[in-house]
Amino acid sequence: MRGFWYRIGPVITVVIAIFVLWYAGAVALNSAWAYDKAKRAGVELTTSELIADTMSQKKPKLPPPHQVGAEIWKTTGDMVLRGKAFSKRSLLYHSWITLSSTLLGFVLGTALGIGLAVGIVYNRTMDMSIMPWVIASQTIPILAIAPMIIVVLNAIGISGLLPKAVISMYLSFFPVVVGMVKGLRSPDHMQLDQMKTWNANGNQEFWKLRLPSSMPYLFTSLKVAMAASLVGAIVGELPTGAVAGLGARLLGGSYYGQTIQIWSALLTAAALAAALVGIIGWIQTRVLKRMGMAQ
Amino acid sequence: MTTDPVISAKNLSLTFQTNDGPVHALQDINLDINKGDFVSFIGPSGCGKTTFLRVMADLEKPTAGEITVNGVSAEEARKARAYGYVFQHAGLYPWRTIGGNIRLPLEIMGADKATQDQSVQEVLELVHLEGFENKFPWQLSGGMQQRASIARALAFHADILLMDEPFGALDEIVRDHLNEQLLELWARTNKTIGFVTHSIPEAVYLSTKIVVMSPRPGRTADVTESTLPKERPLDIRDSEEFIKIAHRVRDGLRAGHEDDA
Repeated sequence: MRGFWYRIGPVITVVIAIFVLWYAGAVALNSAWAYDKAKRAGVELTTSELIADTMSQKKPKLPPPHQVGAEIWKTTGDMVLRGKAFSKRSLLYHSWITLSSTLLGFVLGTALGIGLAVGIVYNRTMDMSIMPWVIASQTIPILAIAPMIIVVLNAIGISGLLPKAVISMYLSFFPVVVGMVKGLRSPDHMQLDQMKTWNANGNQEFWKLRLPSSMPYLFTSLKVAMAASLVGAIVGELPTGAVAGLGARLLGGSYYGQTIQIWSALLTAAALAAALVGIIGWIQTRVLKRMGMAQ
Repeated sequence: MTTDPVISAKNLSLTFQTNDGPVHALQDINLDINKGDFVSFIGPSGCGKTTFLRVMADLEKPTAGEITVNGVSAEEARKARAYGYVFQHAGLYPWRTIGGNIRLPLEIMGADKATQDQSVQEVLELVHLEGFENKFPWQLSGGMQQRASIARALAFHADILLMDEPFGALDEIVRDHLNEQLLELWARTNKTIGFVTHSIPEAVYLSTKIVVMSPRPGRTADVTESTLPKERPLDIRDSEEFIKIAHRVRDGLRAGHEDDA
């Protein structure tokens, strides 16, 4: 039991601290509007009335946690109970839209990243020519390039899931390239010499030594890539006119000043990212333990 | 000796070009190693003993002179898988079992499954690791891991075994034990062994020929043919003859070191 609290204690402490700060922030930020209303109505607010008001505004500057929680429940669990899980007002529906392009982009980005890394490690010309471009690609603000990708792909008749996935891929291939280049180069001189004493060819060296050695690096990269891919999917949903997806909920919310909707979409996106990264972490632990490489 | 030497170096030199100017790692080495010899290379760090072993293994190219292994160039010998090489660290792959690690060079060389299985059993028995085939490296002690790495070097039945301070990272007791086992293995397999060490007792105990090397430039300072019998119990190290040979090796080391004492 001590072990449980030993592990969970710090997490709970941080969560409590966040809630305290969040509520305090909500009171501080929303009180201006509460005072404004009171002034126009010509009444004086007591402290408890003030706090009660800041907790229940329709369009608060910073919605308190319980309002966000209620909104999330209303658009997820409650809709499931009413049998409308995938209606257009459901966050589950929007999450699914975002998730599908996140996963497609992640798979494409991982494939591209590993492919480029292999090229860079095995081909000196690629090492010299590709790597600077890989780094340069990430210095371009994604918000600037995302609409271009959507427009260009639309012009050649590609729309829907793929353009958003391409943006996800654009963000997620980078950590995979960097991690896998390092991972594929991680065997030391001794291990490479050893391969040479057996007169192993390049193929054997790759499959039997370099690729297995790179696994810890691959999984670390995949976690970053997954999170980046989700960001890419959300960004990709913004210029499409806010039709569907968590990005659309964010944009829609900001058009109409629906702060509660923005925050609930934000938190859902965060939970989604945490779940996806958690799944990779779980696989990582299993695989590395099985390979005798767990840290 | 009427047969041709297994390894033969003639006027062998190797110079590394570094930013601080050329480093003469090896200079004018002349040495013949005959079939079934156990040759130790001993000397202070920087004397080129490891470099020499690496030249034999074609892991370094000499800049002058000639080296032949089994009568052909070192490169051809490497490509023909003429030798097994044991590094200072066992370097077993953590994701492979002991059996899988020993199988690795055989897989690379394209041996069929039955040959692999048979070889694995054979060499595991040679290094006394029977029954550890399905264990993972982390389940074994350092000494056992090094034995597994020797088994791996033996797996493809090369006649030459090159060992670069294989027991350097192990403690004295484990080392004694492994030295004894190595002699037994050598007697059973009749391999030609090149062995780099910085321990005088280890060199004298194991070798039929002890090559003392000295640094800057790396060269052979003295070659001692051991007069010890092939059968060597551990307590031979207290015999007069052993001490005499150890003395000569020590003198050789000291002579090579005179200029920077």
